[in-house]
Amino acid sequence: MDWQGQKHSEFLMQILLVVFAVVAFAVGYAIESFQMMILIYASGVLLTALITVPNWPFFNRHPLKWLDPSEADRHPKPQATTAASKKKASKQK
Amino acid sequence: MHSFGYRANAVVTFAVTILAVMCSLASLSDNFNVPTPTADVKVLNINWFQKQPNGNDEVSLTLNASADLSSMFTWNTKQVFVFVAAEYETPQNALNQVSLWDGIIPSKEHAKFWIHTTNKYRFIDQGSNLRGKDFNLTLHWHVMPKTGKMFADKIVMTGYHLPEEYR
Repeated sequence: MDWQGQKHSEFLMQILLVVFAVVAFAVGYAIESFQMMILIYASGVLLTALITVPNWPFFNRHPLKWLDPSEADRHPKPQATTAASKKKASKQK
Repeated sequence: MHSFGYRANAVVTFAVTILAVMCSLASLSDNFNVPTPTADVKVLNINWFQKQPNGNDEVSLTLNASADLSSMFTWNTKQVFVFVAAEYETPQNALNQVSLWDGIIPSKEHAKFWIHTTNKYRFIDQGSNLRGKDFNLTLHWHVMPKTGKMFADKIVMTGYHLPEEYR
């Protein structure tokens, strides 16, 4: 997934679960069946998991632009300053 | 970047939290139900009335209990536990409650019932105080929910009397 896709996935997950919960409770209360409420909600949870958890292509419509390897070679990584060299620098001052 | 495992965990955790909210709402909805039960218990016969060797009085009764408890069933009711108790006063105990019969009503269809039976549990006094005793019979019920709070209440029926002498 990309960052936009991740945001969409999380938002979809929350909305879908809340909507299914509201529908499940309303239907269950109306027809006086606790079991129906649980069934509707459980199928809602499974559907939500199916939509939001796997790495579907529609979550990757703004793919990240990673640095090309040949470009990276032309710009070497800066040296990390070690503890020894830091001490030397302060002593010299 | 959120991984597959992170997203899976998020769905499950959020789903279970919402389920907890739905269950508490379901339990709260039970408060909107106002039960209107009716009950009647008759003592058809005192089968025998003896003093046991340990000094305690014991009675055997035949009861006919009829009740309509269908109004206390809601969508969130698992079963209703009902019992009949004899209540009376003695010099040593301000209140004695002896359970004579109990049963479980599994659904609304079974809630309008009558039973004709001898007492399921023994009616034994702590002592020898039952001769000529006036007592109440109370029908208690516990509405056991599928989720959440249990409601309990009772109907008190007065005017029952035990014989003056053993038989």
